[in-house]
Amino acid sequence: MPELRELYQEVILEHSKAPRNYRQPATVNQKAEGFNPLCGDRFMVYLDVEGDEIRDIGFQGSGCAISKASASMMTQAVKGKSREEVRKLFETFHKLVTTGETNGNRDDLGKLAVFSGVSEFPVRVKCATLAWHTLQAALEGKQDTISTE
Amino acid sequence: MTTAAKLPQAEQASTSRSARIDIDKIRRDFPILARDVRGKKLVYLDNAATSQKPRAVIERIVKYYEQENANIHRGVHFLSELATREHDCAREAVKEFVNAGSTREIIFVRGTTEAINLVAQTYGRANVGAGDEVLITAMEHHSNIVPWQILCEEKGAQLRVAPINDDGELLVGELHKLISPRTKIIALAHVSNALGTVNPVKKIIDCAHSKNIPVLIDGAQAVPHMKVDVQELGADFYTFSSHKMFGPMGIGVLYGKAELLEAMPPYQGGGDMISSVTFEKTTYNKLPFKFEAGTPDVAGAIGLGAAIEYLNQIGMDKIEKYEHELLAYAIEQVSSIPGVRLIGTAKAKTGVLSFIIEGVHPHDVGTILDQEGIAIRTGHHCAQPIMDRFGIPATARASFAFYNRKDEVDALAAGIRRVQEVFN
Repeated sequence: MPELRELYQEVILEHSKAPRNYRQPATVNQKAEGFNPLCGDRFMVYLDVEGDEIRDIGFQGSGCAISKASASMMTQAVKGKSREEVRKLFETFHKLVTTGETNGNRDDLGKLAVFSGVSEFPVRVKCATLAWHTLQAALEGKQDTISTE
Repeated sequence: MTTAAKLPQAEQASTSRSARIDIDKIRRDFPILARDVRGKKLVYLDNAATSQKPRAVIERIVKYYEQENANIHRGVHFLSELATREHDCAREAVKEFVNAGSTREIIFVRGTTEAINLVAQTYGRANVGAGDEVLITAMEHHSNIVPWQILCEEKGAQLRVAPINDDGELLVGELHKLISPRTKIIALAHVSNALGTVNPVKKIIDCAHSKNIPVLIDGAQAVPHMKVDVQELGADFYTFSSHKMFGPMGIGVLYGKAELLEAMPPYQGGGDMISSVTFEKTTYNKLPFKFEAGTPDVAGAIGLGAAIEYLNQIGMDKIEKYEHELLAYAIEQVSSIPGVRLIGTAKAKTGVLSFIIEGVHPHDVGTILDQEGIAIRTGHHCAQPIMDRFGIPATARASFAFYNRKDEVDALAAGIRRVQEVFN
């Protein structure tokens, strides 16, 4: 089953078992909750934002391997980036997981490119994007719980 | 019934040699079971979500639309009379199937959800007031929680919830203790959709009746798997869905005792539910039509009638026995895999196997099994309070029907091992 290995890449499985930045940063000035009730996936994303820069980011919660690995790798990818850089990165990531394409921006994704297999599993797109939508909400200061279902 | 002539032949086939059901013959009756999924043979283990349909049901619906379609109860023409008669026959078949006292007690609705909402919005609104209580259990499907919450919120009433134990069994003693002079109705599942637990509903109904409290039984997961006799149970209301019992989607049944239904206000207003209308005063139609406003799902009812006829040909006692054996085999095969934990280990159970695999989220289990052609349900199964009770976000659930075989259980067990391979 090549497709299944495309989805559950080693890097993804490894991050789902040992998620990075799985904590609340010492300073949290923005946060948001993501919850997909049908799956039961639920994550909090915590930010320490100064000016335009994400100084620190952490997350906590539970979910499937795809959603957890995506959250974990997202925190690594966005730390130190500006809001605009995060917006662009999410745009490229979203394109990747929904279509498998990146419009030539694959290099920008770095390690996040391992999520390309998600595009073959349309019902799992909501898993891969939950943490990202939650991050967007935290950056925009939205209070409502975010869902991608 | 139009296919009555086939009955002796089918009965002969299914009873020949032994009292066991002829599983290979049955599987040929369900066209979808022959298809492939993702290059693998379909292993359909999501029967608690919806069941597959036998050819007899599919062909009956086609025949209705090709030969009999007309609106019922209003035309004087041939087709209208024919459709009305067939619709009546379906109601008669439902009445016989659950042994109701009269077809007046069989209300066609969209499904179990609508049936419970109907009771909450009519009987409930007329009889539940401020400070009163509605008693349910911790293993209810959302459809037997939310309609009562809406009612309680509107009336200032309290929703009380009887607890379950770690095996997913209802604590009947605790339920009895929760019955108070303010309890106006008790509503509970005959069989839990997420756990498979069979509740001792007759005992609970007897106890409730000794205190003059009516009981609604959600039978959606019971009727497809066992012989249900609403009069023997003494249920005041009993609800079920066609699509879970091998009939079409979009139709279901509310059984209610005639004296209760007579006293209840109507649910929806419109055509068919009235006997006369003026702008000053409307007189409602007699039962069951009082609760069936508008043009009904005639093809759905007739399709349900065909499903019942099919089930009768096999025999619910044989179905129950076969599924019981299959469940025992599945429990043995799945629970013997290290790292797998069953959720719902009641002594009295139907063919529902909820499980979690250590270190793997149920959603990932579902995706990997799907690649093997195995269809199961993952998630909270519309029973979030049960997930909270067991401290888990979700489960994977395999649920069986009489057309499932032991080799499909083996495929499930192999699939679970495959999941563990991917994740370890």
